[in-house]
Amino acid sequence: MKSLRWSLPLAIFVILVAFLWVGLSRDPREVPSPLLGKPAPAFALAKLHVPSETLATADLKGTVWLLNVWASWCVSCRVEHPLLVELAKANIVPVYGLDYKDEPDAGRAWLAQHGDPYTASIVDRDGRVGIDYGVYGVPETFLIDKAGVVRYKQIGPLTPEALKQKILPLVRELQK
Amino acid sequence: MIPEIGQLALALALCLALAQSSLGLAGAARGDRSWMVAVRPAAQGQFVFVAIAFGCLTYSFVANDFTVAYVASNSNSALPVAYRVTGVWGGHEGSILLWTLILGVWTVGVTFFSRHLPDDMVARVLGVMGIVSTGFLLFTLFTSNPFLRVFPAPADGRDLNPLLQDPGMVIHPPMLYMGYVGFSVAFAFAIAALLGGRLDATWARWSRPWTTVAWAFLTIGIALGSGWAYYTLGWGGWWFWDPVENASFMPWLTGTALIHSLAVTEKRGAFKSWTVLLAILAFSLSLLGTFLVRSGVLTSVHAFATDPARGVFILAFLALVVGGSLTLFAWRAGKVGLGGIFGVVSRESTLLANNILLIVAMASVLLGTLYPLFLDALNLGKISVGPPYFDAVFYPLLAPAVFLMGVGPMARWNKASLPDLWTRLKWALGVAVVAAVILPFVLGHWSPLIAAGLFLALWVVVSSVVNLRTRLTGSHRHGLVAKLAANSPSYYGMLLAHLGVAVFIVGVTLVKGYESEQDVRLDLGQTVDAGGYAFKFLGVVPGPGPNYRALTGTVEVRKDGRLIETLKPEKRIYNASGQTMTIAAIDIGLFGDRYVSLGEPLAADDIDGAWGVRIYLKPFIDWIWTGAFLMALGGIVAVCDRRYRLAIQRRTGAIGPAASAGAPAD
Repeated sequence: MKSLRWSLPLAIFVILVAFLWVGLSRDPREVPSPLLGKPAPAFALAKLHVPSETLATADLKGTVWLLNVWASWCVSCRVEHPLLVELAKANIVPVYGLDYKDEPDAGRAWLAQHGDPYTASIVDRDGRVGIDYGVYGVPETFLIDKAGVVRYKQIGPLTPEALKQKILPLVRELQK
Repeated sequence: MIPEIGQLALALALCLALAQSSLGLAGAARGDRSWMVAVRPAAQGQFVFVAIAFGCLTYSFVANDFTVAYVASNSNSALPVAYRVTGVWGGHEGSILLWTLILGVWTVGVTFFSRHLPDDMVARVLGVMGIVSTGFLLFTLFTSNPFLRVFPAPADGRDLNPLLQDPGMVIHPPMLYMGYVGFSVAFAFAIAALLGGRLDATWARWSRPWTTVAWAFLTIGIALGSGWAYYTLGWGGWWFWDPVENASFMPWLTGTALIHSLAVTEKRGAFKSWTVLLAILAFSLSLLGTFLVRSGVLTSVHAFATDPARGVFILAFLALVVGGSLTLFAWRAGKVGLGGIFGVVSRESTLLANNILLIVAMASVLLGTLYPLFLDALNLGKISVGPPYFDAVFYPLLAPAVFLMGVGPMARWNKASLPDLWTRLKWALGVAVVAAVILPFVLGHWSPLIAAGLFLALWVVVSSVVNLRTRLTGSHRHGLVAKLAANSPSYYGMLLAHLGVAVFIVGVTLVKGYESEQDVRLDLGQTVDAGGYAFKFLGVVPGPGPNYRALTGTVEVRKDGRLIETLKPEKRIYNASGQTMTIAAIDIGLFGDRYVSLGEPLAADDIDGAWGVRIYLKPFIDWIWTGAFLMALGGIVAVCDRRYRLAIQRRTGAIGPAASAGAPAD
């Protein structure tokens, strides 16, 4: 018994490490978004490449689509971009880009340089639509179903894991 | 080219750190002198290469080299040069490099100030520090390399987080890290002592100055961070019980316990294994803090970029270093014995009680910080623990600890008598109680919490005065100066630090008790009254800044019709990131601050119309930071004690010379 007390700090520490280990696999930022399960905020914005045309949420009723918030000034967007380009090639789900608080010229140049995975990009120059969607960091990605309801939200860059394990299975299910 | 040199320098530093740890530990174990003498140069070389790497990164920032991904994420060509330099530690990778650099500074410090120590002790200490360096260099190179290039390079950087573009941020992280990392020295001494089986008063005397200096830095670092939050977050708060703050506060509480426990070990040879445990704990909590802040297991208002891969690395490193140390402790501590025995009423017992209160307080902060994580891990939901928990748990624990601060220095070592303590302290107690009951009436509003806070502060001050008086009247020397000079700097350091605690308590108590906050709507030229001051709003003008657009408000503060200050609170919109920052304008006063910050214009975009303005009165708030600086200053004064500078001969006795010369309190 007597020698056990010297081991007590070690025992407490081992328990602590076990909890920290479990904690690592969790995401504290995965706060349930108030938008989940709610209709996606409506917008009607000019398209990036054809400024005379607008794209509205109403146009997308009946399709399952992804809304990816990006900007030419966003460095983390470069991390997820190849993944989006690949996703576009696979032609599973249309991805619409929301060019957030960006100069349209810079946005177009950026897409020309890095590849354009978007079915269409729309320009949210003053960030109003971003506010409606509760964007607090770029990039963010929303999955919206046929009825126009937000089903999933990714904060920060898309990761291959999130895409494979969460988004694509959900897309397939919603497309049925 | 320069970033590649930096990366190469890091790799070389890693090699030297490996040499430093293996030569140090193996050399001491084998008793091989030729290995041990190589440890110092290896350690110094390691520092030189880390410094080169740090210089390279700084150069990349100053030269706006946006081909470096880290620079592109944390700087901008319009960023003023001073902030480009401090931008080096504005993000994760650079912070870790700064951590490693400061560890190097402490290591080099040990190589210079260890001439009088036995070779095997130095070899082991540097060896242990080398292991820590190795871990952090591996971490930098494999998961957080600040020198990675990005291709194609962005035309301009994303800019430094506006929150960090502030003079307070220039010195807050280095100070904090000096404290955090400084505990690695005490840790290394403790591990070396366990390995070498020499755990005695000499060991405590070697560890003490290092620990005290690290603690002083940590105190200043925390105070700077708190002051920075006060004037840049625009809420007028000074402490939020945020996980990042708690991460620095836990090592501080443990470090405070450690410096007191080391005093007992040095003077009386008691508390040996407890002191060793505290030394391990203080540094472990620094590492844990790094893990919590860097791994993303907890969310925080400080929202640094986080990455699970880094979390796995730090956790593995934490498990290795702390788990290894605690295993060593479990194995060896039983053999070093408990040290001296002491009476139930004695200075030892008051210090022990204080130690336990501090550690329980630390554990309650740890529990509160990790509680959300525990619940999440057990699938019991996601919650956050806020100030109500911490306030409810923390104050009741620290109040008795502060009370004991008055008793401890008056109690004799080994055995004190309660009637004697009562005779000596009853007047102090009476004065503190009476003044604490009356003062709140004078200040305008009586509440039990204000009276309790003031009592503790007054008690510390009055009992310190009684203590000094006893010392002076008991002295055989003639003349006040001679009597004052008879006491050691470490004694005055203790008085100063305790006085700092009292000043701090006054600040906390009065700001909590008497602060007033108003969120008002003000039209151009409108005046609002708060606490005897008239605040007149004179509108908002736009203007350019170096890398932001500013909206500057003007508010005149009048007392009895006389203009005392014109405040210019600002809102800044940073060009590169589009982020908005609120810079409060504060009229600082000894007895309280007048704090004004801009809210939003009532009609969006109409900056010439009415504005929401926050007007806060913060009585005595600056005492909080003044108190913290006094504590740190006390630590510095204590370290200036002559006995640390004397060449210390090897002593095996448990009792140092100071203890036999009377009862020096520190």
